[in-house]
Formats: sequence, structure tokens, C-alpha cells
Amino acid sequence: MSEAISDTAFVEFERVQKSYDGENLVVKDLNLSMPKGEFLTMLGPSGSGKTTCLMMLAGFETATHGAIRLDGVSINNIPPHKRGIGMVFQNYALFPHMTVAENLSFPLEVRKIGKSTREEKVMRALGMVQMQDFAGRRPAQLSGGQQQRIALARALVFEPELVLMDEPLGALDKQLRETLQFEITNLAHELGITVVYVTHDQTEALTMSDRVAVFDDGRIQQLAPPDELYEAPHNSFVAQFIGENNTLEGVVQEIKGNSCIVRLDSGDVIDAIPVNVSKVGERTKVSIRPERVEVDKSRLSPDAHTLKAEVLEFIYMGDIFRTRLRVAGTDNFVIKSRNAPDQVRLTPGSQIDIGWLAEDCRALDA
Amino acid sequence: MAEQVLAADGTPLKASLNRALRRQKMRALVLIAPLLLFIMLTFIIPIGQMLFRSVENSIVADTIPRTVVALDNWDASGDAEPDEIVFQALFYDLFVASEAKLHTRLGSRLNYESSGISSLFRKSGRGLDDIADVYKDAFVDQNDVWADGAFWFEMMNTADGAPSADGVFAQQRDLLGNLTSSSVRKNIGFLPNQEIARALPLTTQTYTEWALYVANFDDDVVADEKPWESVYAALFDDLHAPGAAERLANYTGTGADELNSALAIVDTIPDQPYHAAFADLDDGWLSPDVWRTIQAYAPRFTSGYFLNAIDLQNTDDGVEWRPENEQIYLTLFVRTMIMSMTITISCILLGYPVAWMLANLPARKANMLMILVLLPFWTSLLVRTSAWKVLLQNQGVINDLLVWAGFVADDNRLALINNATGTVIAMTHILLPFMILPLYSVMQTIPISYLRAAKSLGATNWTAFWRVYFPQSVPGIGAGSILVFILSIGYYITPEIVGGTKGVFISNRIAYHISSSLNWGLAAALGAILLAIVLALYWAYDRIVGIDNVKLGG
Ligand SMILES: Nc1ncnc2c1ncn2[C@@H]1O[C@H](COP(=O)(O)OP(=O)(O)O)[C@@H](O)[C@H]1O
Ligand SMILES: [Mg+2]
Repeated sequence: MSEAISDTAFVEFERVQKSYDGENLVVKDLNLSMPKGEFLTMLGPSGSGKTTCLMMLAGFETATHGAIRLDGVSINNIPPHKRGIGMVFQNYALFPHMTVAENLSFPLEVRKIGKSTREEKVMRALGMVQMQDFAGRRPAQLSGGQQQRIALARALVFEPELVLMDEPLGALDKQLRETLQFEITNLAHELGITVVYVTHDQTEALTMSDRVAVFDDGRIQQLAPPDELYEAPHNSFVAQFIGENNTLEGVVQEIKGNSCIVRLDSGDVIDAIPVNVSKVGERTKVSIRPERVEVDKSRLSPDAHTLKAEVLEFIYMGDIFRTRLRVAGTDNFVIKSRNAPDQVRLTPGSQIDIGWLAEDCRALDA
Repeated sequence: MAEQVLAADGTPLKASLNRALRRQKMRALVLIAPLLLFIMLTFIIPIGQMLFRSVENSIVADTIPRTVVALDNWDASGDAEPDEIVFQALFYDLFVASEAKLHTRLGSRLNYESSGISSLFRKSGRGLDDIADVYKDAFVDQNDVWADGAFWFEMMNTADGAPSADGVFAQQRDLLGNLTSSSVRKNIGFLPNQEIARALPLTTQTYTEWALYVANFDDDVVADEKPWESVYAALFDDLHAPGAAERLANYTGTGADELNSALAIVDTIPDQPYHAAFADLDDGWLSPDVWRTIQAYAPRFTSGYFLNAIDLQNTDDGVEWRPENEQIYLTLFVRTMIMSMTITISCILLGYPVAWMLANLPARKANMLMILVLLPFWTSLLVRTSAWKVLLQNQGVINDLLVWAGFVADDNRLALINNATGTVIAMTHILLPFMILPLYSVMQTIPISYLRAAKSLGATNWTAFWRVYFPQSVPGIGAGSILVFILSIGYYITPEIVGGTKGVFISNRIAYHISSSLNWGLAAALGAILLAIVLALYWAYDRIVGIDNVKLGG
């Protein structure tokens, strides 16, 4: 049995690899460590290996290489039913031939818990998700949202410390999804359980999690709290995957300590901070969030570089204005501004100058 | 009560919905019409006919109609044989029947109910001519014209403008039609005349019957032929009957003189009663048992086949068990049920794991396995069954292997064939795909995530399977079991080949009655009982498991 890397880690992946066919690695070198009580989300495009990671943790897939530890103990050889991990499946997996109460009672029965305790726990769990009135129904008689609540209650009823959820809200409509996101996070915090949550919806990831692990290509691209992920993406994949983002391509012309100058392919020169670039002449993608672009020259420092832009489209969205510009050869440069009384509304066809603070513009890998 | 909902045009919503749906229904009906027609012709109607045959019993009333009527007044509980009038009717009935070679058919039929009757009928058919020859010789000796067909024809036929005995003609035509089960509507160029019908009623009937027969079945011209001997017997009976002289005195038509001379010699002809004549042929005719059987099976419908099919019989004292040594059908029914159940259970036990693998293996391997499962369908049933014969026999591969491995002694080889074991083994193999396929298609729709969910909730592999997976696969088991069970209780070829005597099914007995003993009525009754059992089981299954719990797929 291998020792845990850190004392505080509750769930730990160490150098985990997984291949289904012996040819392609679906998970490549996964390292992850979570403290108890954390709500961690695995976020990534479809096929990036999130479910596979979850299944390895639950015990339904074995890691080809590496160690997975739970509370300091390697669980590689523990069968799934002894891991005591609660799990919510994408399609709910409620047993169709059992009523709601029987579904919830199932994990208690297999743990040989007495009838009265069982009933009490079932009702308490149903109470947590406000579904007491549906105990006698069959899953097929419930709506999608109700089924999801029952699946959640069933994963919680036997009081596991770790709960895994694989895209649990994927099949629900937006409004219901938002309500349930809120309920799930609340419950998780109230009960103090550790949650590994899988989703491909970045909003969901950002609003629910303590930390988000962005998956791509079988690796964690960045593991960070939501704000850091948004504001300080480590690479261009994360920058593009999380939130809206403007990308300009160019070559590093000059690096001065904490800032650098990038010459874009169009010939323009801009300020940025070097994140993933180390030497002059390297190709880079610079990333600027739409809301950090400044159209009012007076707010920028006098020596800041600016770019010429042509307004293509102005969209009124209520709380914000969204303006599409042609900048440095691309038509997809977007800026967002708050609908404030003093905010100018740009007219399509007009020529403007745009700029930004160097620290808002990140020079990332090409 | 809820208020009636109205559609936009004010008609009740229900009515307008029905109207809208009717078109759809009609279209659906048109689409399935060819299949419906096909099923009607090849399935419903044959089954209906089979059910009808199991109670149908027209053969007695059709073959010896006059006897049946005459026998009506006979008291079956007594020890006496029936009256002379019954034997007389039997003579005329059997005469036509034996000319048409149909008397043995009736004999075989009645033989099912009481053995020995068959030979009684066969023997008597040959002797009927002898009985009548006495009369013929006497009449012909007295006057040659009686041997002349043309004279007979002229005497019996209706001259132009004279009244004809249409009733007699129609009656004989119907009797002959029933006897031969064919249409005797051909224009035969003969109609009995009314006058002769009054003077010689029996002769007219018999002659008309003969005329209809030779014209319809021998394609002869009535006027050119000599009548059957039975016509002479009828002539004698008519002339010998009380009041014959008065009837003849009123007769003025052709042959009146000849008839009067014949009447004069009637008393010189030795009168042999029919019952004595029959007793001469075979004294079985004097046994009341024979007549009881005939009377019991005279009605056109009978419960006899059904009683027989469950080892019962009709006796004077009501319904009784057949003698011990004749009881076979109940045993066979029970054996068929038990063995079919054994086969079904074996199929479940062997098929379930295979279906599971099919549903859960990666696609490529599953396809390979599926081909193996379907492979038996590519070879003929007969070949597979015969292969089992080779494998299972005493000196067969399996016994050799067991002996070689030391599991059984060489002089104590297992009896695996020509008994119930052989049937169960071979039929389990043959019907296995019918279990696997529905099971597979149901299992395919059970996502693996249910098992995973159960395990994540703390269930062991077994609990997860038994409490979560198995209940969801029950519809597949149900569908497979119904298929296998119903197929196997009607199975015929395999038990026939590998079943010996201890391993045959009721269907083998049905086949025997259809092709060998030709007792179709009994075969139909056995088939009808089998059908009833299947329907009853289906009904019970529906009550217990629910038929909507049967799935052949997602
Ligand atoms: N049971 C399996 N056998 C073979 N390949 C699989 C299996 N499950 C997933 N994969 C492959 O592994 C990759 C990652 O899948 P998955 O973990 O389900 O991704 P995600 O959940 O992020 O969408 C995909 O390319 C998928 O095709
Ligand atoms: Mg997934």
C-alpha cells in the first residue's frame, strides 16, 4: 500500500493512466489531490476522459498505471461495492422495477440496516430533496428533474463521504438545471461531503465548484478555483474553453520582466504579459477578455499601444452591449460594455481605437 | 359528472376524435388486409375445421341413414337385437354403401369405439348380393323380362305428360349425395313415375337410387343397365308386404301384367327374414353391443372423440374410464407438459448466460457469438436430430467418452436415447435459440449503468444481479419461455426420432392418428385439447406475470 503524498488529501490520483484498447491513452498522467469537503468539478469537452476518471475512482474501470487513493488508502484493489462512494449517473440509473422508496432503501438493505432505521433514513433523504410525497411512485412516473432529485437522494442516503456525479443535469432544461445546481451545492456544503462533479458546461462548473479541473486530451490542463481559471488561464485551451475570449496571433517581439510586446500577424504591436512564452521570436496566441477591452483612450496609460478597429455590429443585450469589431485582420473581435448611463453606443461602420491594460492581455502558447 | 367537452363545430369532442381516428384505422386495416386474408385461409379456417372435426360425426348418419332412423325406436338397454325393420333398412343402406365401397369406412370409424366392428362390415358387404340373388333368380325364372334393363326402365320411368314422383327422386338424391359426399345433380334422364311409386314404393326408391348411382358414378345410361340385386329384393318386399294386391290392382301402367304374374309366385319364394340373413353372414349382427355402438354414434355430433382423448368412454351407465390397458392419452399429456417444462427450464439455465454475454460483449465478439447461436438454423432440423442420435446412442460419442474417462462402466453405459432424456437433450439444443434471442434483445435494453449503480450503492455482484438486473430481464425470460414451451409441446420430429416409446409427445400420437390410423376425429380432439392447454397457460401467465411483461425487445 503506497503512502499518501499529502496528509490533507482525501482523494488522490497519482500518475494515473488509462487505456481501453492498449493503443490509445484515454487518460494520460493524471495527478489530482482533493481535500475533504471540497467540491471539485471536472470540466472538459466530450471525449476528454472525464467519465473514465470518475469510473476509475468508483472502481468500474481499473487504471492501467498509477495509484488512486481514498483517505490515504490505495483503492486499486477494492471492489466498487466496498468503496462506499455515492454516485449519481448521467441517466439517473434509478431501478425501474422499484418504487422511489425501494430505490432509496436498497443501499441500506444491502448494508443490513434495520427496517425502522431504514425508513427513517429514506424519509430524511427524500426530505433533503423535497420529494417526500413521491415515495410510492415508480421512476417512470416522475419527471426528469424529479428523477434527478431521487438519484441524488439515493446517492446520499447511505451517508457516503465522497459523492461522484457524472453530468447529472445534462438532460434537464436550463431553468431546472440552475435550481438544481444551487440545491446540489447547498446540500454538499451542508452535509460536508466531498464531491467530484463532471460536466461539460462551463457555467455550471464555475458556479458550483470550489475548484475546477479543466480536462482536455486526457490531461488536466488547469486546476484552479473558478475566478483564477477565468482571469488567469494557463494556456490557450483553457482561455478559449472558459468564458468568451478574443484571440490574436503573433510573435513575441520583446520581453521586459513582467510584460512583453507582441507583433501581431497584421503588423500591429500590442502589450501583454508573458504567461506561456519565454523568449523573443516565439509564436504566441494572446488572449483578451471582451470586457477588459477599453475604447476610451483617456483611461489607458499614454504609452500604451492601441489598435485601429472598425465597428461591424452592435448588439443591445439589456444589461450589456456586445460589439463586434474588425481588428488586426479578424472579424470576430468582441467587446462587452456595461449598460451604464455614460456608456457610448458604437455605431456600425465607425472607426475607433482600442487598447487594454497589459496585465489583462495574456500571451499564451500558440 | 364531468361536462361534455365540445369540439369547435359543436359536436362532442369524443365523437369528432373518433371520426378523425376512423380514417387512420381504415388505412391500417387496408395495409394488413393481405396478411389477414392469408392467416384466415391458412390458419383460422384450418383450426376451425379441426375443432369441427373433433365433434363432427356425420359418417354413421350419412352411410346408413335408413338404419339410423329405424334404430330410433330400439331400446338399447334390453338384451334383444333390433326389429326386422332395422335389418331391412341396414340391407338397403349397406347395399349402396358397399357398391360405393364406403361401408368399410364406416366399419373403421365404429371400430375406434368398439373393436371388431370393422371386420363385421367388411365381411357383410361381400355377402349382400347372395341375400338378394334368391329373389332375382326367382323373378327371372318366372319371366325373362325381369332380367331386361330396358323393361325395368320403361316400367319405372315417367312417360311424357304423366305425373312423376319428384319427392322420391329428391329424397334418394340427397341420401346418395350425403353418402358419397359429392354432388349427384347430373341430369340422368330418369324420373320415377308417380303411379309405380304408389304401387311399389320400396322398389321405386331402390331403383331410383341405383339409377342415380350408375348415371352419376359409372357414367352409364340408365335404360341400358340391369338393376342391382337389391332392386329385386325390394320388389319382393313390396309384393310380399300386406296390401300389395290392392295396390297392384290400381296399377295400370307398363308391366302391370308382369307384376301380377310375379305377385302370383311371391308366396312360392322362400322368405328369409333379413336379420336371419345377416346372422348367417356374421352372428355379430345379433349382438346388442354392436347395435348400441351404432346407436350411440348415430348423432351427427359426438363427444366421443374428446372423451377418448382423455381416456374416457361413453357406456350405457354414462361416462367411464377406459380399461386400464387402453389409457394412454392422459399420461401422454402429462408427460408432454412435464417434459416441455423441463426443456424450457433447461433452455433458461443454458440460454441466460449466453444471452448475457451476447448483450455485454464488445460488438465484434458479440457478433461472432450470435453467429454461433444462429448456426443451428442453418442446418436442417432432421440433420441436427440425427446428429444427436449418433452422439447419444449406447455406442455413441458421449457414452464412449464417459467410459474412456472412467465415469461409467463399459457394461453399464447410460441410456441417453430412445427415452425422455434423449428428447430433453435434443430438444433443449434445438429450441435454445428461441430462448436466447428474446432474452438477448431484452438484455440489450438494460443499460450497464444499473448494475454499476447497484454496486456503487454497496451491492455485491450477486445482489446487484439478483435484485437489479434479473428482475429487469424477467420479461425476456417470459417471452423466451412462452416461445420454447409452446413450440415444444407441439414438437413432433425430434421426439419421434430420439424419443423411443418413453420420450414421445402427444403430438406424435396426433401424427399417428392423422397418417396411420386415420382417426382424424380423435387427432382433432387431441389437437383441440392441446390448443386449450396452451390458451389456458397463456391466460394463467397473463394473470400471474402479466402479458405486457413479455418483451421481445426494447
Ligand atoms: N468502455 C470503453 N471502451 C473503449 N473506449 C472507451 C470506453 N469508454 C470510453 N472510451 C473512450 O475513451 C474516451 C474518453 O471517454 P469518456 O471518459 O467517456 O469521456 P467524457 O466523459 O469526457 O466524455 C473516448 O474517446 C471514448 O471513446
Ligand atoms: Mg462522460
